[in-house]
Amino acid sequence: MPLNVPEQDYMYPGHVACPGCGAAIAMRFFLKAMGEKIIIVLPACCWSIIAGAYPQMSLKVPVIHTAFETGGSVASGVRAALDMKGDTGTTVVTWAGDGGTFDIGFQALSGAVERNENFIYVCYDNEAYMNTGIQRSSSTPYGAWTTTTPGRSWKRMRKKNIVEALVAHRIPYAATASIAFPEDLVRKVEKAKDIKGSRFLHVYATCPTGWRIPSEISIKIARMAVQNNIFPLYEVEDGVKYTINYKPKEFPVREYFKLQGRFKHLTEGDLAEIQEMVNEDWELLLKKAGD
Amino acid sequence: MKKVLEGSHAVAEAVRLSRVTVISAYPITPQTHIIEYLSDYVADGTLKASFLKVESEHSAIASLVGAASCGVRTFTSSSSQGLALMHEILHWTSGARLPIVMAEVNRALAPGWNIWADQLDSLSQRDTGWIQLYCEHGQEVLDTVFLAYRLAEAVSLPVMVIMDAFFLSHTYEPVDVPEQELVDRFLPAFKPKFQVDADNLVALSPLVTPNFYMEMRHNMAKAMEESILQLAEIEEDFSNIFGRYYGPIEPFLCDDAEIIMVTSGTVTGTSRQVIQELREKGEKVGLLKIKLFRPFPSEIIRKALGPAKKIAIIDRNFSFGAGGIFAQEVRAAMCNLSDCPQIFGYIAGLGGRDVTTDLLEDIYWRTKKSEVLSEESIWMGLQEENHAVERS
Repeated sequence: MPLNVPEQDYMYPGHVACPGCGAAIAMRFFLKAMGEKIIIVLPACCWSIIAGAYPQMSLKVPVIHTAFETGGSVASGVRAALDMKGDTGTTVVTWAGDGGTFDIGFQALSGAVERNENFIYVCYDNEAYMNTGIQRSSSTPYGAWTTTTPGRSWKRMRKKNIVEALVAHRIPYAATASIAFPEDLVRKVEKAKDIKGSRFLHVYATCPTGWRIPSEISIKIARMAVQNNIFPLYEVEDGVKYTINYKPKEFPVREYFKLQGRFKHLTEGDLAEIQEMVNEDWELLLKKAGD
Repeated sequence: MKKVLEGSHAVAEAVRLSRVTVISAYPITPQTHIIEYLSDYVADGTLKASFLKVESEHSAIASLVGAASCGVRTFTSSSSQGLALMHEILHWTSGARLPIVMAEVNRALAPGWNIWADQLDSLSQRDTGWIQLYCEHGQEVLDTVFLAYRLAEAVSLPVMVIMDAFFLSHTYEPVDVPEQELVDRFLPAFKPKFQVDADNLVALSPLVTPNFYMEMRHNMAKAMEESILQLAEIEEDFSNIFGRYYGPIEPFLCDDAEIIMVTSGTVTGTSRQVIQELREKGEKVGLLKIKLFRPFPSEIIRKALGPAKKIAIIDRNFSFGAGGIFAQEVRAAMCNLSDCPQIFGYIAGLGGRDVTTDLLEDIYWRTKKSEVLSEESIWMGLQEENHAVERS
């Protein structure tokens, strides 16, 4: 069945992402929906490399590369300058990884959305510092191995719920999306495009290299994350109106964890504990959505 | 029109007259008055600008990186801890060749918490690729903002306009605030050398391999060097329009001087009086004010100080393990002279302590009477020293 997404591509072939890179897939679908009337602010992340080293570039849209923690602030300045120049037709987009969003860039992001800056902030989430070689972030899920949570000291803290943190700022639009559900992703980008103020998209982006999985199951893992409520697809408007886009009847998480090398140390007991956490988070989300 | 303004107000007036388009700042004492005046101007429409009230100094300078990349004139202001927090993006600004102008109010770094004058904050940023201009009085601060924009936009490097906490930022003086028409003549609308917009497919500041990085840095170095000549031309233009001139350095009563005292910032004003009084007593003493610190105008300074026998440099700052920073720079500039004057480095006025006429005179006599050259910094007015004197 052909995908119902726009034909036009804004990425050149031959970029330098790893095979199966979810971040590259995320950008491809995002741009298809977004079009070319944009300026991308790109704080340090895997995409700093994928976008190409001077004098090459893999994108067909302008990019301002910038420092790690400045996704929210640089975009604010770009927006201010464009508005002063009368250019209100260009959309300003920050494209950042989970490190630049959940951790080091959180302050600038919080500041920008508190001011309700008119821009779209996309966090492509590969659940660790992948560009520097798989170090834990506050987005790394409970139970994961990384190079800084090695061996028996695998991560025992839960993943920060970034969407809820953004929702708490009462921004006009916040949503999750996945590379395994491109039509849903495209719809959300198109919706965000037409809204004014701060818009936040949290995009699940598999990392075969860091998650220790074969590249050919990159999309499969992303699909399972949604189907098993590890990464639910939902939208929140104005900080209050929740819409859940996908509701599975049953959602055993075991298989998702078993397929990934980063979780191979987990015991059946650990997995049972994780299932409880996923159940609990899902219940909470249902309550917020009034479902 | 002559007005009685505090230094902070003079800065704000200059920013208004420079028709800045995007301002971004975060409050810190003693910089706050600057951004309060500017908030008023933007709120009442006197200045048609966008003022981003961001959540930190880091975001203040980073947001200007975004704005300046789109080709508009930008301004920020900070001090001390705030400037230190900006450090990473200060490097970024110059590397990205963005002509951002900042008013920097010299304040001591903590701990202990100290909001008073001390130059270590800005001098710690000497290797960030920003041009640095130190000011003595309110008129100079106002004028230097105009010079800063012309210079920044000519050489594509950011400029810091630097003023002492309270002694300048909060002190009221008569300041000639020029008409908008005159300022427009000197400082026309910004014509960016590059800018990002959606129709212009560029990637600014991308990954750069060792094959290109060094050439980029060399280009920056050339721009920095060129800025000395550029400043001279810009100042000539400025003096033709406004009738005022400052120069990268200003020698004061230096002809035939055997001892030259070297200062920067507000200590200069006090020193002028001391030097004059000493001259009246028949002492062969002069004063050299350094305004341009980055790039360091070594050749000009060498010529000005070369004929003296002794030089006394007064630093309101201290680099631990090295000494006063102006002293280091002057020594480096002088070291290849075959007949180099003796150079004495004095530390005074840290954390806002008064540098009085008595203290400056004391520095002069010490320098004159010293028979042996001391390589070490001489800390002036330490309380322990006073106690030691009392005990003996």
